[in-house]
Amino acid sequence: MSTRQRDEIRILAPNGVIGSGFREESFEEGLGRRPHFIGVDGGTTDAGPYYLGAGTAVLSADSVKADLRIIVRGARRLNIPLLIGSCGTAGGDVHLAWMFENLRAVAAEESLSLKVALIHAEQDKDYLKRKLRDGRIRPLDPAPPFDEGVIDRSERIVGMMGVEPYLRALEGGADVVLAGRSSDTAIFAGIPIREGYPEGLAWHAAKILECGAAAVVHRKHPDCMLATIRRDHFVIEPLNPEFRCTPQTVAAHTLYENADPFFIVECSGTMDLRESVYEALDDRMVRVSCSGFIPAATYTVKLEGVEKVGYQSVIIGGIRDPLLIRQIDDWLGRLQASVRKRVRQVYRDRLSDNEYVYRTHVYGKNGVMGALEPVKEIRSHELGVVFEVTASSQEIANSLALIIRHQALHLPIPEWSGMVTNLACLYNPAYLERGAVYRFNVNHVVEPDDPLEMFPIEPREIG
Amino acid sequence: MAKLYELASLVRSKNAGPFALTFDILFNRQEDFERVKRSGAVSGQAVARLYGVSANEVRFFVCDNARAFKASIRRPTFQGDIGDCDNHGGQQFAPLLDIDIP
Repeated sequence: MSTRQRDEIRILAPNGVIGSGFREESFEEGLGRRPHFIGVDGGTTDAGPYYLGAGTAVLSADSVKADLRIIVRGARRLNIPLLIGSCGTAGGDVHLAWMFENLRAVAAEESLSLKVALIHAEQDKDYLKRKLRDGRIRPLDPAPPFDEGVIDRSERIVGMMGVEPYLRALEGGADVVLAGRSSDTAIFAGIPIREGYPEGLAWHAAKILECGAAAVVHRKHPDCMLATIRRDHFVIEPLNPEFRCTPQTVAAHTLYENADPFFIVECSGTMDLRESVYEALDDRMVRVSCSGFIPAATYTVKLEGVEKVGYQSVIIGGIRDPLLIRQIDDWLGRLQASVRKRVRQVYRDRLSDNEYVYRTHVYGKNGVMGALEPVKEIRSHELGVVFEVTASSQEIANSLALIIRHQALHLPIPEWSGMVTNLACLYNPAYLERGAVYRFNVNHVVEPDDPLEMFPIEPREIG
Repeated sequence: MAKLYELASLVRSKNAGPFALTFDILFNRQEDFERVKRSGAVSGQAVARLYGVSANEVRFFVCDNARAFKASIRRPTFQGDIGDCDNHGGQQFAPLLDIDIP
């Protein structure tokens, strides 16, 4: 990667998240364009706090290996670097190790020898406490409260790396870089920035590539995207001949999952896309120019952390009785009081009302929007009800779910005399164990002394 | 008079990270986008009213290149926390659909 005089750099993104699949012919088409490197994202917080908490991935090892096999074989055939960011969904050490095992399995089956660099993103708790004491951790908006207690009770905290750790890993000669939690764009922006392409173009192209072929008119399935960055513009081209990019689809892509469509913050600065110009090159390719980048006065690394909330059990049931449906809120209120009373009888002083959380979700009424639901009058002839209880152990959560089941079945309404059975329980047993549940507890940035200090690089050899 | 959903090519909501919820309203036809823009019916104030927040808590954007409006608010409940009913935030756009466009 030393040809600094070349007039363009081509980047292949197989899809928006490794393990979601792509059309193999599109990938071959991409390899035919002689890309200078392949990058692919492996994570997201959009999957929810569970994955960072539990240390698992939102896509299975089988799904990830299916993509990885094709991608790594292609990268080795062309002898170009492969960069995979935010490995294992959440990018903690356990997720990175899992991805390395997937890579090792694929490499063994394909008889590939690989120089691999693992970039760790999980943060040492003592390091974070020092940074906190030094006033080098700042809240973003909105942010939950953050102190040493939060650090201690966090299951894991990861930092979202910028381009610098990738570039250092490549300097070490890695064929494949597996990174922990990473800015999605940093996967793609580092190499073009190192080679002197304008930062605004590099970051903006990266922003589009990190979602694979998302910025097309009809994205029927995940697929490959190619970006060609030149000195004063870049070109976006979907590699499936049936997919089309238009100036609107490419411009609209910066809206997706982003709070601000014009200013996108990275570790080292902020993309400024207010003046970006989008032009159709033909009916499938779009040329983008005039994207800017404002370097940050202070380098910052965003943190993501989760803590365990408790253990959950849920009951899924349905209500068809029209007399009950017309007084559902009143009945649910009475049910809650009745459940709490029974819990006090069972546990006495061993479990107070605030040591468990009892919630009800009513589908067919406001199950999706809760209090924000503007439609107040319901016409549903049946309601779906999910009873949810969260407690400090699975055993207690299960016990409470059994109490809820019994109370819900038989809590009467005034219209009927005699014993009633109110709830059509979907399953037997009625409750499902949800296991541990987690919440995101950090929305802060760290100011490191050096962009590399939070992201140790571990060289590994395969084969 | 038309409803917003009759003019837009896509109205969507999504997480913008675990702590923010963002709404995108996109148009295929320039004239539909211009009509909605002229009407002023899609605004930070309109979003604030529908989602029970004050107008200064809504970040509202007009994106001419994308033929789109965008609004972002704090997530009413942080993603995945107890009480969150929509982990991806993907079904929170429905109240926008019926905005009247003169």
